[in-house]
Amino acid sequence: MQNQQDVFFQDKVDKEIRIEPKDWMPEKYRQTLIRQISQHAHSEIIGMLPEGNWITRAPSLRRKAILLAKVQDEAGHGLYLYSAAETLGISRDEMYHQLHTGKAKYSSIFNYPTLSWADMGVIGWLVDGAAIMNQVPLCRSSYGPYARAMVRVCKEESFHQRQGFDILYTLGKGSEAQRKMAQDAINRWWWPSIMMFGPKDDESPNSIQSMKWKIKRFSNDELRQKFIDVCAEQVKVLGFTLPDKDLKWNEARKHYDFGTINWDEFWQVIQGNGPCNKERLDARKKAWADGEWVRDAATAYATKKTAKNKAA
Amino acid sequence: MEHEIFMLNRIEFLLHLADNALIIGHRNSEWCAHGPALEQDIAISNIALDYIGQARNFYQHAAFLINELPHESSVFSIPATEDTLAYLRDASAFKNHLMTELPNGDWAFTTLRIFFFSSYQYFLYQQLIQHEDAQIAAIAEKSLKEVTYHLRWSSDWVIRLGDGTTESYQRMNTAINALWPYTQELFQENNFLQPTKNILAQIQTDWNEKIKNIFEEAGLHLPEKSVQYQGGTKGFHTEHLPIILTEMQLLQRVYPNCEW
Ligand SMILES: [Fe+2]
Ligand SMILES: [Fe+2]
Ligand SMILES: [Fe+2]
Repeated sequence: MQNQQDVFFQDKVDKEIRIEPKDWMPEKYRQTLIRQISQHAHSEIIGMLPEGNWITRAPSLRRKAILLAKVQDEAGHGLYLYSAAETLGISRDEMYHQLHTGKAKYSSIFNYPTLSWADMGVIGWLVDGAAIMNQVPLCRSSYGPYARAMVRVCKEESFHQRQGFDILYTLGKGSEAQRKMAQDAINRWWWPSIMMFGPKDDESPNSIQSMKWKIKRFSNDELRQKFIDVCAEQVKVLGFTLPDKDLKWNEARKHYDFGTINWDEFWQVIQGNGPCNKERLDARKKAWADGEWVRDAATAYATKKTAKNKAA
Repeated sequence: MEHEIFMLNRIEFLLHLADNALIIGHRNSEWCAHGPALEQDIAISNIALDYIGQARNFYQHAAFLINELPHESSVFSIPATEDTLAYLRDASAFKNHLMTELPNGDWAFTTLRIFFFSSYQYFLYQQLIQHEDAQIAAIAEKSLKEVTYHLRWSSDWVIRLGDGTTESYQRMNTAINALWPYTQELFQENNFLQPTKNILAQIQTDWNEKIKNIFEEAGLHLPEKSVQYQGGTKGFHTEHLPIILTEMQLLQRVYPNCEW
């Protein structure tokens, strides 16, 4: 039997009334959201690594400034999202602990290596692009703090996407070597990017409940199709191709058909066997461990200062 | 002829200011994604961004002046841009202070360097606001706002770490001993620094006062005596600068004459 509170809660959600931290919510809703938001936060933070890699090697001062600002934005996204998750009763330290011990997941896309400057373009265009596709609907998430965080995040992600597109556009009009660099990057990132939408709908067991709670608005396959349709057109403007020989406009469906996704690779990377899983996690763990004495000192100083102020 | 020498000196001076900002910005940008806490990651990336912005402004003005020079007297490849100046000069042409190129070390070293360096910039830029070159004055004015923030932020860290835990106090002392030998170079006179010659002594006095005050609050002490290194402004660098440039200039060197 559903109890009164559950019915009342679902009714609010159905009427698109935002749920706020102090409102009653089913425990499962809280847990699902904590998982969703903290995974998203971790993705932002881990996502800083593959691009952070290229800040010191950016090929012009303008690109360097843009890239640095972008990676810094991602830290800001992490911050908003950790704060949103904290409203559900979990601390940032606890979430870090879950990340560092492998209990929490993050977007698998960041377990692929960045091998050339063109990767900065492709990550902006495809990875930020896919993130936007996923996240714009979340600006209407039933959970207030998450929805509000997503509004800010999405605004910045669309800048990132444009900047990435611009990098590729410039490479496309450049030398033979630059064009080759860009096509190679597109070839490497395309399939992992479309895997960002998650498993196929019939293998995504939590989706139905999440849709009912309005913390997910479209299915994985719907979003993936929408993304592919957009990219298939944009790649023509760039003057490159997507590495899928089955990619073809289907007039009857009014969508692009596409080839078979290598789900085995997808599950492998999720299970920790992607090319950079270990490096990414190690880098975060190292930053956290190296920073411990700094955080301790800051706390110790703050405590002393409070004591002094009280005494005065 | 006299005018040309005058302009060449001014260009060298601008390159010196730009190189300083670029190299310390480069070092700070290495922290991005690796900071001790998310808030500090954002703060130091922001500082790095400010520095790179300052470098761009100075390089752009230098490039403008270079392109105005009579051709035969130019030792620079023309047309100069911010990128040819940052990416196509060798280490021996860079005029940054040695302090800026040293590896980051730990958070104590990094924040102390920003403290020493931004104190210096804080007093220098206050003088440059009155520079006869209106563009230099304008860049100094804009940058001074940023530097004022860098100085406050880094002062806070010096105090916090000095007066934090035993470990942080020790690390701060290690950083002081490592960095002090590179501090006096900041006040060394140099040909292209001529326009600022008279003011360097004043800057040094103000700088000493600032360091003394913050160290006092932090419970830290200056080293008694120490070796002092110099040469950066003349193009004699540590082994670290060529490594920085190899990394930074990679794409411009491997793929010359490309748009990015
Ligand atoms: Fe983001
Ligand atoms: Fe995101
Ligand atoms: Fe982004």
